[in-house]
Amino acid sequence: MTLDSLQRGRKYVIAGVDSKDPVVQRLMVLGLVEGTEIELASAAIGGDPIEYRMFGNAISLRREQARHFAVSLKTGS
Amino acid sequence: MRPDPKSIRVSVDKIGVRRHPSATVVVVGNPNSGKSTLFNRLTGMRQKTANYPGVTVEKHIGVFKLGDTVLELVDLPGMFALSTHSLEERIAVDVLFGRMPDVKPPAGILAVLDTTNLYQGLYLLQQLLTLNLPVVVALTMTDAAQASGLHIDVDALKKRLGGVQICPVVATTGQGIDALRRALSELPSAPKPDLPTLWQELSHASEELVREMPVTVPRIEIERALIDHDSDFYRELVGRLGDGGAARVDAIRQALFGADPPLAKEARQRYGWVRDVLSEVQQSAPAIVTWSSRLSAWINRPIPGTIGLFVVMAVVFQAVFAWATPLMDAIDVATSTLGASIASILPAGAIASFVSDGVIAGVGSVIVFLPQILILFLFIIILEDSGYLARAAYLMDRVMRSVGLSGQSIIPMISSFACAVPGIMATRVIPNRRDRIATILAAPFMTCSARLPVYALLIAAFVPAQKIGWMNLQGLVLFGLYLLGIVAGLLTALMLRQSVLRGPKPPFALMLPEFRRPNPRTVLMQLLGRAMIFMRRAGTVIFSVAVVVWALAYFPRSPEIESQLQDQIGAAQQRFDGEYLQRETATLKNQAAAAQLEQSFLGRAGKSIEPLFRPLGWDWRVSAAVIAGFPAREVVVAVLGTVYAVGDEADEATLAGRLRSASWPDGSAVFTLPMVIGLLIFYACCLQCAATLAVIRRETNGWRWPVFAWLYMTSIGYLGALIAFQLGNP
Repeated sequence: MTLDSLQRGRKYVIAGVDSKDPVVQRLMVLGLVEGTEIELASAAIGGDPIEYRMFGNAISLRREQARHFAVSLKTGS
Repeated sequence: MRPDPKSIRVSVDKIGVRRHPSATVVVVGNPNSGKSTLFNRLTGMRQKTANYPGVTVEKHIGVFKLGDTVLELVDLPGMFALSTHSLEERIAVDVLFGRMPDVKPPAGILAVLDTTNLYQGLYLLQQLLTLNLPVVVALTMTDAAQASGLHIDVDALKKRLGGVQICPVVATTGQGIDALRRALSELPSAPKPDLPTLWQELSHASEELVREMPVTVPRIEIERALIDHDSDFYRELVGRLGDGGAARVDAIRQALFGADPPLAKEARQRYGWVRDVLSEVQQSAPAIVTWSSRLSAWINRPIPGTIGLFVVMAVVFQAVFAWATPLMDAIDVATSTLGASIASILPAGAIASFVSDGVIAGVGSVIVFLPQILILFLFIIILEDSGYLARAAYLMDRVMRSVGLSGQSIIPMISSFACAVPGIMATRVIPNRRDRIATILAAPFMTCSARLPVYALLIAAFVPAQKIGWMNLQGLVLFGLYLLGIVAGLLTALMLRQSVLRGPKPPFALMLPEFRRPNPRTVLMQLLGRAMIFMRRAGTVIFSVAVVVWALAYFPRSPEIESQLQDQIGAAQQRFDGEYLQRETATLKNQAAAAQLEQSFLGRAGKSIEPLFRPLGWDWRVSAAVIAGFPAREVVVAVLGTVYAVGDEADEATLAGRLRSASWPDGSAVFTLPMVIGLLIFYACCLQCAATLAVIRRETNGWRWPVFAWLYMTSIGYLGALIAFQLGNP
């Protein structure tokens, strides 16, 4: 599953990044890399862009960028 | 008289204080890390703002003093990494590497890390530590970290960072600042961080290349060249390697990074280290629910958040109109009383007219709007300082996407409600040039504070102060004008993105800072700065224009009109007496003044351009005022103030009253509703601001876009006014 289909209230870990797109590389510099814990915070009207929390910080991105990140459920959540 | 020797003696201490800074220290950190608040704390009022050469990125420089140490502090634009993304980040990197022509190479780094965001902070810090400069780390917002249950083991962190000095501080209260000041004063002579090499392969490959270089090149520059493909470092490296340089760099990259893009590999590598450090030094207890987390949780929900945004904007506009009124009335009464009393003291003639009609009526009519402008700026500064503007960008991304922009364009546009100049400068965070230019062209449509005086004057004069629910009609009309600006700006962006600026849809990724109570000190300092800029303009540009316009409206004097007036007054004295005579004399004087004005330089010039504006319902006085307002639009109010102070409406106490009684030669009113609406539309659209044109030219590197913007906006304004007037007068 990818970052655009998270459920609220559960914790996820980024498992893989499709890093060819420079925009995705920039997101990786902001901290979205394999191993980062992430959860869904909210979404704007219409469900896009989406707001996430990682390490206590809020970051927002659009669905089309979120699709480049594969996630897995954090074990034990 | 000989000066008293005591008074010319300068104390030795005072000379001693004027020592030049011995070294430059750069202040570096993520955006919203509390960097600027800390910078203000450390330098106090000893700072100046200039631009970096060739660009409009602001350079904040301050002087830091402790005992005998004097340092120059440079507050760099916020950044996340050494691989640059926007113009601001490029500037920051150039200063850090000592490649900025007019900034001395730094002798040390003050790294500012938000304790609640060590994840991204440590990423940047890890890169900074490879620069081979002494570093002191300020951990800001330790109070917020504590409140959210975060505990940082500073000693363990220090060990992991190669022994750099770490100072936990709360910049807003000053807690921990003294220790930071001491560490800072010793920084240039402090040992460089002794960090174990974190990325062996990269360091080795770079080290080998360093030895091949014909000149001395620091290893870190080679490392950046290998990672950042689109950087000066890369181009320099390829150039220095000579023939086949590019191919060699490619081969080295292939060996180092494999199929991965280098930047992706770097992010994985460094964040791996950051997570490792954090797991050792950071413990988090369950978060306590704070007012800010509760507020942001509520406001983040899509529907309350979006409604909230509109309520916030509506309250701002309502406040601008309602709260400012008492203060404005007071200033209005003060200036008109001052003008009248000075006119009564001075002998009648050119000097009295110059002082009361030229200077006081002209400049006073603009100063009246200081309260409104300050209230508007206060709101914008608070919205920005509390982190709400980033939230607005997130909420509005979808709307902006429909016109081909991204939520990032919202911040420049909201800033433009205060002034388009800082608004256009705020577009520098938009990475793509096409998106940036479309935003720059949309920004001047936002109703800036200089349009406010024109709107306020016309609305107060011609829109009744009726209550409609909890808003009044005047506030609603003002809101409508703001809306007009927004719609016109967005349509402009859409049109450009569909034609000359066509391109891929801009991506949107934004860090959303936590809500923070705005720091009163920062807010006040910025507000004072704004007030100063406004008063300086009123004292220089607007003053000069008022004087010139007064002179053009006063000269030449026609002796025939003057002698005719004397004859008429003489005749009246024979026929009337008492109160009736007084009234008759006043009427005669006003008629003579109007006749004088009409044959003055301004009158003749206005009449010659009147045909151009006649289809809009403007008489020559309005036309002349509009023309005079092209360098700076708020001047138009000053010009109207001056022109109507010497005309036959002068017995009305306020400018609004004078406008209401202005009439055509046939006695019909000049300011009819269709004409006023047209005039308002003209001002909503027209680009009457030399400063904005100059900043567009600088930001787009040429005259093409400012010329286009001017022609485009002026034609729209003219057409809008034409349609409004012609529809209203079938």
